[in-house]
Amino acid sequence: MTKQLRLQALGVVGACLATIGINAANAQERFITVASTTSTEQSGLFGHLLPIFKKDTGIDVRVVALGTGQALDTGRRGDADVVFVHDKVAEEKFIAEGFGVERIEVMYNDFVLVGPKVDPAKANGRDISVGLKRVADSKAAFVSRGDKSGTHAAELRYWKAAGVDLDATKGAWYRETGSGMGPALNTASAMNAYILTDRGTWLSFKNRGELAIQVEGDAKLFNQYGVMLVNPAKHAHVKKDLGQRFIDWVVSPAGQKAIADYKIGGEQLFFPNAKPPMKKAA
Amino acid sequence: MNSLTDAFFGAFQLILRADPTLLSIIGLSLQVSVTAVAIASILGLALGSLVAVSRFPGRGLVIAVLNATMGLPPVVIGLLVYLLLSRAGPLGAYGLLFTPTAMVIAQVILITPIIAALSRQTIEDAWREYREQLASLGVRGASAARTLLWDSRFSLVTITLAGLGRACAEVGAVMIVGGNIDGVTRVMTTAIALETTKGDLPLALSLGIVLVLIVLAINILAQSLKSFAERRYG
Repeated sequence: MTKQLRLQALGVVGACLATIGINAANAQERFITVASTTSTEQSGLFGHLLPIFKKDTGIDVRVVALGTGQALDTGRRGDADVVFVHDKVAEEKFIAEGFGVERIEVMYNDFVLVGPKVDPAKANGRDISVGLKRVADSKAAFVSRGDKSGTHAAELRYWKAAGVDLDATKGAWYRETGSGMGPALNTASAMNAYILTDRGTWLSFKNRGELAIQVEGDAKLFNQYGVMLVNPAKHAHVKKDLGQRFIDWVVSPAGQKAIADYKIGGEQLFFPNAKPPMKKAA
Repeated sequence: MNSLTDAFFGAFQLILRADPTLLSIIGLSLQVSVTAVAIASILGLALGSLVAVSRFPGRGLVIAVLNATMGLPPVVIGLLVYLLLSRAGPLGAYGLLFTPTAMVIAQVILITPIIAALSRQTIEDAWREYREQLASLGVRGASAARTLLWDSRFSLVTITLAGLGRACAEVGAVMIVGGNIDGVTRVMTTAIALETTKGDLPLALSLGIVLVLIVLAINILAQSLKSFAERRYG
């Protein structure tokens, strides 16, 4: 009996030490936690940017990919040092509440309306308002994120701009999945439905089935990304200096070039548009 | 059909290539789950055997609660641990959110009830059989629990393996408390979820097959150790 117990205890102690060892080793490294969106992570942008940033600065970046709403909440709770998202209205609210220091614009990408190749709603064109109006009028199946993400917020704005009162018209054709971009695309692909998605996720998405882009190139579809340091005045443990270095880097010429260089199949996904810094960071 | 064959083919390619990223993901999966099972076994076996040999008011309720907590949804446990470990939560000062330690904590909470509830039943059955014998030897309480634990050790291996299976297969809790951070908290199940969201269904399924093979290998190993021990010492 004692032998078994001793063995078991030994195993547990060993395993605990190993786990603590991992954490301790990580603690010695310089890293920051960035709460960001599924579009930046799953499109592969971070996989491209972070090794370059690490080479320039020696700082590791741990990305937690969530919807914009959830990413901002992660920042509010103090569980991230930097928030990198795309919903200007929500971001400005985050700053106004005092959770973020300053919102800095980094880059934009664009949304596209994807739908069945045969286009039953005749949505194809360059105007997102016209396209969505036709989807609603024909009651063609449409999949919505329905998860308070930046893309969901944008979708709701486009319906409003198209003069479609969702509350009055939404029926069986409008399906809210309450899921991330990828799962929502999987659903749309299986249902052969229309869906609003960011171009990056669409380009890296493999399970397209019979779907193709139906509306793109409308200026209204541009989607601005902002980056914010979580306010150290609210959360004292925020890694202010390392986080600021990350922000300074993504808006620097080197960071902006790295963003522009990222391509899938020859297509550029994100277009850097940071304004030249007002005050020079040290 | 095509994607299914792709997936099986892909799984063998993944294994043959022994991709370092995949190996480190597998390593972390095992490390987190085995640590969690080891801790949960100590807690669960102690709790289960003590409840089995003792009689106290409200014991029936305790057993009902133990049995019910086997069905706790991992997402709920994940949320609970998230709120506890978050910087804004009571244990926030330790900065454990989004670390492997947070994943171990969530899995311990998930598995301990399973091991406790199942071992309680096993030990209680053994206790019914040996109660008088033990009583005549003056063995009761905690020492009776220890004796019965040792006596039922072979059945308890299976219970521990059930806990390990649950730990290795679980995705909801570790996704929330770990954050699926590349190279830090990405394990097999969260990697599978990620590839699914990217629409790479064959790769996701390949990873799933690799996971099943690993769990199978562990079970075969445990099974042969058990039968070896049974022949030798049983």
